[in-house]
Amino acid sequence: MNSGVVALAFISIIVSAGSFVGFYAGSHRKMDLEQWIVGDRGFGMLFVWLLTAGEVYTTFSFLGASGWAYSRGGPVLYILAYQPLTNVVAFFILPQVWEVGRKYRLQTQADFFHVRYDNKYLAAFVALVGVMFIIPYLQLQLTGLGIIVEVASYGAIHRAPAMVISCIIVAAFVLTSGIRGVAWVSVLKDLLLLFSAVFVGVAVPYIYFGGIGPMFKLLVRSNPAHLVMPGATTNLGHSWYVSTVLLVSLGFFMWPQFFGASFSAKSSDTLRRNAVVMPFYSITMPLMFFVGLAATLILPGLPNGDLSMLAMVRKTFPAWFLGLIGGAGALTAMVPAGFMILTAATLFAKNICRPILWPGMTDQHVAKLAKTTVLVITVTALCSAIYSSTTLVSLLLVGNGGVGQFLPGVVLGLYSKRVTMLGVFAGVVTGVFIFVALMLTNHDPVMGLNAGFIALCCNFTIVAAVSLLTPAERSGFEKIAA
Amino acid sequence: MRQFWPQGALVRKPSIGAILLALIPFTAICFSVSLWDRIDPMIFGLPFNFFWLIAWLLLTPLCMWGAYRLEAARASDPHRDSGGTP
Repeated sequence: MNSGVVALAFISIIVSAGSFVGFYAGSHRKMDLEQWIVGDRGFGMLFVWLLTAGEVYTTFSFLGASGWAYSRGGPVLYILAYQPLTNVVAFFILPQVWEVGRKYRLQTQADFFHVRYDNKYLAAFVALVGVMFIIPYLQLQLTGLGIIVEVASYGAIHRAPAMVISCIIVAAFVLTSGIRGVAWVSVLKDLLLLFSAVFVGVAVPYIYFGGIGPMFKLLVRSNPAHLVMPGATTNLGHSWYVSTVLLVSLGFFMWPQFFGASFSAKSSDTLRRNAVVMPFYSITMPLMFFVGLAATLILPGLPNGDLSMLAMVRKTFPAWFLGLIGGAGALTAMVPAGFMILTAATLFAKNICRPILWPGMTDQHVAKLAKTTVLVITVTALCSAIYSSTTLVSLLLVGNGGVGQFLPGVVLGLYSKRVTMLGVFAGVVTGVFIFVALMLTNHDPVMGLNAGFIALCCNFTIVAAVSLLTPAERSGFEKIAA
Repeated sequence: MRQFWPQGALVRKPSIGAILLALIPFTAICFSVSLWDRIDPMIFGLPFNFFWLIAWLLLTPLCMWGAYRLEAARASDPHRDSGGTP
């Protein structure tokens, strides 16, 4: 049998198993908005773990990490830094967000802004910015999926049809099962990915170099500069590292879908314990780096670094194993994609359409509109994924810089009595504007610093200044309670 | 399950101890990059920067476990609750 067919069979089996789990998860439940978007606030540690750890194992870690290790070298270490630190930050934010979420029945990140600052325009703006930055992140997952399936099937399926098929499946399980579907498919995806990451990451250095140590000995001899920052780049040095790690670790849980995932937890203690142990989960990340670094010696000169991992697997292992990796990789894209689609659709229906356009909408209308929006967002991301190409990590960094601008509004909203609605509104508008302006004019990094980080600093300054110039207000969280 | 917030009180600020514990991984992983971003000495066959960050994947949960214990102890002691609102 030809290797393309074998690999394709494995990919299809895994993707079908994943879709079955996704449909089944919600098929026996009534899907109102509360069930659909926050799983009735009943998720224990395992599900919360899988939802928030979703990012640790996405197509980005699958392709982007080895891709950066291959094409940039040392700067890839920022991934190993932001993942544990993100959870350190989460420890101080998410349990508190959960507490107010339960009390005021919050379902989305924009709900948080709406209730805390008592302003629907601020909430709608936050929702809009969230959706705006989710789309490139979604595009990242789809692009990754297309690459994985195309390479893993030996070109038997091209990337565009692969993306279309998987988008149909994702939209379908999001519509039937909501966040429950996302969580259940994650179980399968994470098991497969843990296995393949460990296996490939250990096996590749052993097969070619007799171990990880000997591989590094060779790397140090051939190109030591590749292993430290700035590696193969000129501008990703230490100041870039510090500012990027700060921005991403502070801003990571500002992604609307991860912020929203905290509402699905059973208790705030679940989130707190989760934040404590989560860094362990990144332990397979270095293995992906090793594969990318091995590829610099075995397969130099690949045109696209993001392909280094798959190219190594294809060179080293039999077709069925490539198919297995391909299937796991496809699920890896589909799970976070589903979560993002779900979140973006709810933000659009609940926080943009209802308060601004049709105040008379009932909860049922919101749920119905959200489900229609699922299709619109899927098609939008699909088109942008088919018609444009950027490397995976740069797309992720774009999104992080954008959503990171919500941080002052969230942290000060929880902990400060003096922060005002106008202050936060002015800050987030400034932050997003500066960030987008810097990105569009290709100024990232600017003066060796991450553009999103610079925008965040300006944002904080504006929030503080405007808040102090405007009269103090009561927090919306107390107002309703009283 | 521990109850971190008494009924009705708004979110409470974390303790200084927990914040200090959280600053340890931030210092070790982020701010001190120029001290550890080098190849020598190689440990367990890894360049020092790789070894250092991998080690902190294991040490970060340790620090945060300490922070968790501090917060939990505070939560079970009603007299030190700073929230105070009804």
